[in-house]
Amino acid sequence: MELSIFEVLGPVMIGPSSSHTAGAARLARVAAEIAQKPFGRVEFGLSGSFAKTCRGHGTDKALLAGAIGLSPDDEQIADAEKLAAKAGVEWRLYREDLDWMHENSVHIIFHHEDDTSTEIWGSSIGGGRIEITRIGDFETRIHAENPTMLVNHLDRPGVISELSRVLAHYEVNIAVLRLSRVGRGRQANAMFIVDNEIPQAAVDELNALPHVEEVVVVDVS
Amino acid sequence: MYHNFAKLFEEAEAAGSIAKAVLNNEMEQHDLTEDEVYTKLATRWLVMRTSAQKALEAPRQMTGNLISGQSKKQQKYAKTRGFSGSVINQAMAWALSSSEVNASMGRVCAAPTAGACGVLPAVMLSAANECDASEQEILEALLVAGGAGAIMTRNATVSGAEGGCQAECGVAAAMAAAAVVTLAGGTAQQLGSAVSIALMNCMGLVCDPVAGLVQLPCSFRNASQAVNALISADMALAGQDAVIPPDEAVEALAKVGRSLPSALRETSQGGVAASKTAQHITQALKMDALS
Repeated sequence: MELSIFEVLGPVMIGPSSSHTAGAARLARVAAEIAQKPFGRVEFGLSGSFAKTCRGHGTDKALLAGAIGLSPDDEQIADAEKLAAKAGVEWRLYREDLDWMHENSVHIIFHHEDDTSTEIWGSSIGGGRIEITRIGDFETRIHAENPTMLVNHLDRPGVISELSRVLAHYEVNIAVLRLSRVGRGRQANAMFIVDNEIPQAAVDELNALPHVEEVVVVDVS
Repeated sequence: MYHNFAKLFEEAEAAGSIAKAVLNNEMEQHDLTEDEVYTKLATRWLVMRTSAQKALEAPRQMTGNLISGQSKKQQKYAKTRGFSGSVINQAMAWALSSSEVNASMGRVCAAPTAGACGVLPAVMLSAANECDASEQEILEALLVAGGAGAIMTRNATVSGAEGGCQAECGVAAAMAAAAVVTLAGGTAQQLGSAVSIALMNCMGLVCDPVAGLVQLPCSFRNASQAVNALISADMALAGQDAVIPPDEAVEALAKVGRSLPSALRETSQGGVAASKTAQHITQALKMDALS
């Protein structure tokens, strides 16, 4: 059984819903980590059950709380709106049809201070577990239950071999590796799920590799 | 590595017990020592216990206050034994307490979800009282509940939006029934039957939260599924054979979940959520869906 009993007996969290509150907070927090850059405005397009029970389940507060970095067990989730306003973050929630996704899905758009934006799609799949399914143009499948590393790179021969060489050097064991690309020779994305923490020195070395554009580590465990 | 009940029972024979088989798997898969697993279990058990007792004396305040004070009422009534006896009434009071804490944005331990967080703590407290269990025995029973819950999460779903309340309070009841059989020192056969019986007793249960709040009928379902867990364990321990193996009951649960219409899967569009009174509450509290 790959699934930990602590995913089932847990999370320890602020109510009222593991999927609509804790999962929503975790989803937005992981999304903000993936987006990396600070943002002044964030939009949440909610579909299905998320849109229908939003306020009653505290999904609005939880998404915002996660985006500004709060954990699902932080009692300040109830005050997320106040905290976000204080941090100068604007937000908007609206209904969006994401019929091809899970019942509890959200499309998050971070508007960064440098006028760029990051779009992330994800779902809260039950019991506080989440799945990020798309980042910008790339399909993915991130649960963030183990340290996860995303690498944006150019689709060139040998890039994956170099990436795994560096990880091996730092004794980081790869559990899962998934690749996707816009097209042959164009932008590509590699997702590594690993068993142990990735040291900063490894990230720096990976960032310096040829054809590697950006390395993002998500570790919220 | 187990992925269903059949395989778990097979591994339990080699490991010595079901709890040990779940423990071994957790240690191997997640690189934890036995002490680390037990420490994490103890932390969660503390959160569970606390949530089950917090609202017994002091009602919790929450949006709409639809279930505020339920636990205190049941706790007081439990002292009279009522018609279903003090064990059942006390179990319901504990389950209602966790539901109140959860609805008030208090701290709970999802098991398997927050909406169903009242079932396992209430059942564990009741069963541990009845058989005078030690902390270690309670944590072993929690391990088994976790293992059973992992199987149901993997092979069915624990999302109300995907599978209805049967996937939340129903799975919680099956996990809790497995924990009770463990506390009672029952066999794997009895544990499998307890899981199957608990699932049969709630199959098709819909998720229809009034005004989109996790209050009604959620708290009543936590209380009644806690009772389902206790009686399913009792039936299995009495020697009732569920006939349907637990893995087949889990598969049935998943299929029923998929065939439920969306209105009955946590959208507040059907069931009691669509009743006239629920509509009035929704409007009064301004809890309408996003536009």
